[in-house]
Amino acid sequence: MTEPSGGDERIALVLQGIDKRYGATQALRSASLRVRAGTVHALLGENGAGKSTLMRIAYGMERPDAGAIAVHGAKVRLNSPANAIALGIGMVHQHFTLVPVMTVAENVALGGHGMLDLSRTISELHELSARTGFSLDPEVQVERLSVAAQQRVEIAKALMRRARLLVLDEPTAVLPPSESTELLRWLRSFADQGNAVVLITHKLGEALSIADDVTVLRRGRTVLVVAGKDATAAALTDAMLGAASAGEQVGKTPATDRVESRASSRIPVFRAEQATLADTSGMVRVRDASFVIGAGEIVGVAGVEGGGQRELLRALAGRLPVVTGVLERPDMVGFVPEDRHRDAVLLDRPLVENVALRGAGTRRGLIEWNTIGARTESLMRTFDVRAPGPRAPIRTLSGGNQQKLVLARELDADDMTSTAAIVVENPTRGLDVRATAEVHARLRAARDAGAAVVLYSSDIDEVLLLASRVLVVYAGTVREAPIDRDVVGRLMLGAETHAER
Amino acid sequence: MSAAMREAYRELAVVAAVVVAIGGAAALLLLAMGFPIAGGLTALWTGSFGSWYVFTSASLVRAVPLMLTGAAVALAFRGGVLNIGGEGQLLVGAAAAAAVALAMPSATVTVPLVIAAALLAAALGGALWASVAAYLRARYGVLEVISTIMLNFVALHLVSYLVRGPLQEPTHVYPQSATIVDALHLPRLPGAGRLHSGFVVALTVAVAAGWMLRRTAAGFRLVAAGENPAAATSAGGIDVRVTTARVFLLSGALAGLAGGVEVLGVTFALYENISPGYGYTAIAVALLARLDPWRVVATAVLFGALEAGAGAMQRDAGVPSTLVSVIEAALILAVVATQSFRSRRQRPDVGEHVQPVDA
Repeated sequence: MTEPSGGDERIALVLQGIDKRYGATQALRSASLRVRAGTVHALLGENGAGKSTLMRIAYGMERPDAGAIAVHGAKVRLNSPANAIALGIGMVHQHFTLVPVMTVAENVALGGHGMLDLSRTISELHELSARTGFSLDPEVQVERLSVAAQQRVEIAKALMRRARLLVLDEPTAVLPPSESTELLRWLRSFADQGNAVVLITHKLGEALSIADDVTVLRRGRTVLVVAGKDATAAALTDAMLGAASAGEQVGKTPATDRVESRASSRIPVFRAEQATLADTSGMVRVRDASFVIGAGEIVGVAGVEGGGQRELLRALAGRLPVVTGVLERPDMVGFVPEDRHRDAVLLDRPLVENVALRGAGTRRGLIEWNTIGARTESLMRTFDVRAPGPRAPIRTLSGGNQQKLVLARELDADDMTSTAAIVVENPTRGLDVRATAEVHARLRAARDAGAAVVLYSSDIDEVLLLASRVLVVYAGTVREAPIDRDVVGRLMLGAETHAER
Repeated sequence: MSAAMREAYRELAVVAAVVVAIGGAAALLLLAMGFPIAGGLTALWTGSFGSWYVFTSASLVRAVPLMLTGAAVALAFRGGVLNIGGEGQLLVGAAAAAAVALAMPSATVTVPLVIAAALLAAALGGALWASVAAYLRARYGVLEVISTIMLNFVALHLVSYLVRGPLQEPTHVYPQSATIVDALHLPRLPGAGRLHSGFVVALTVAVAAGWMLRRTAAGFRLVAAGENPAAATSAGGIDVRVTTARVFLLSGALAGLAGGVEVLGVTFALYENISPGYGYTAIAVALLARLDPWRVVATAVLFGALEAGAGAMQRDAGVPSTLVSVIEAALILAVVATQSFRSRRQRPDVGEHVQPVDA
């Protein structure tokens, strides 16, 4: 690849030899990216491959440990997003940064300087809509807009600051299919006007349908750069998952057979038939899912963000109603949500009260604190929860010990009828190596004791390590896969498995 | 340090803060305003704790409505409801109790029944007043801090209207209701001066409220919903909306009861200035008690005594009673300061490094 200072104006962005380390994690190793003006460039990679880190560097949010950056042919240093914006780089994050009660125009005007002239912003937005075919009413409140329209506001913010290079992080993860198509079409026309688009995605189909160029990152390295027209799903998958998996396919048993034979020998604990699930806003997230999860097994769940696994887990845990179809599950299902501080504990209350929280909604009369105190102490012993005592606020515990207590509470068989069942979501996020190993051991022990364990992790390797089979959620469909990194990886990306071809 | 010792140390720290704040603030203010320190402090003491008669008839009588409204605020705040509307709920409760007591001639029904009906009406009136804000919050997400404050003024004007209209005394001269017949006054407690049996009611309510929070499943739901609604819903299976609405109504009922007790025990008539801001002072009472109804008993007595002492100070030493308001404020600041100091020291050691996650 040429030196970035080589000065080709038709190259909108060059990142070269970028290194970035967070603590013990080498997020990027000499990664590179070269985005031509007038093109849509897809940046592919698994969770944790370094896509977002690389783009945060391009937007000045992070500074690289090493490497060079050039924008429109000029070598630059990006110390903050303000630098990047001044150079015509715009970024649309996965999680929007909008003020809900303000109007579209007010949100767009927020990042400006000097005098506030809303009427000018409004007329500029109208002009922008006319010029780019972008439908937006500047005077409507953002909270009244659909997710797709809110995303357009984010894009409008970047465009109003004269962005010529637009970076979008998983823009279609939050959109229904029709809106996704609409967005991709718009991005295409934006690029055709001489601008550049970087599309961060996990979705192969998307990359293949729209991208002029594709760059694939794996474990922090740029492993493949290919023109969109020359790219094939197989080549991209192999690049994302690692070439090693490519040769292993011959003679492998088709996924579904093996799965059914395993499941049928167990007492079913969860059974879904044509189950359709919607998120809290009513958008359908999982369609016609059918599967069985039996006692004494750990079943993994895998999926890219927005794929519907969040809703699937909550429905299994009884925290989300089924829209149509059947989902049989035990009355009491333990649930360890990924955000334990928000969804699982009362941070300033003692350990005993956090144990008492389970089932608090249906308890009547008096609470026997002595009994619960004794149970808390026994849970602390069994699960090796290091705490000053059962009366200490759970806030005073380390994250690992907090998680062990939550796990202990949710696995506690006292409240349960016959079969124990637990759903855990990213159970080791934020935990150190030791605590992670302990949590894994607890989950295995629960399985061995006959519990049905459903495990989701955004780290596929964690799923593969613990589970005996995997439910892969992709764009609302649930498919079963064996413990095979390649098969699971392909299904997560929406590609066909080798078995199905 | 053991947990019990730490707890005792915490209590001690608060008590020390209270004593230092009262004594120090009073002395400093007297000095700054050019009054004799000794004379002022003496009047403050003799007017509040100086004698058994003063303690019961002045301090404890004022402590009764503070105990009820303080418990009301403590419950609401614990349940995540910022009910600033104790004053309005108290006024509506007072009006309801007066209306019932005046409407029922005591001769026809037995006296205890009428008293009970009047107090029940007071509690219902307070709950009804709170229900307006509770509905606005549940249905439209209106912040109860705003709505309850606004409703305080509406309640004040409602009482103004009542004592000039439907409930005005028969001669239609004074803006107040007729006097409630002696038979319906809450009986005085023997050997306790002007202290009436409403004190027993308040004490019972405060103790019961604290017991509910500590021992009952409903009380625990209230605490959990107030502490972390998301976790209460997800991990506890608690219907937070229902829990919140209930605690709001309960809080309003207790504040309304305070109004009823005040009318039947102290004022014996409804008029506009029936409450010198008990519903607002209750917030200070509850905060100083760290939102524990049992501790509210003590803080209500303390604030009752301060209010009583303030009157004496003005009478005997010529010190403006507003000085006591300043002392009360200093007290709250001192306690809040010690509490935030403690909570800062209680932060956990961050033992684990959270890896940045690349999505």
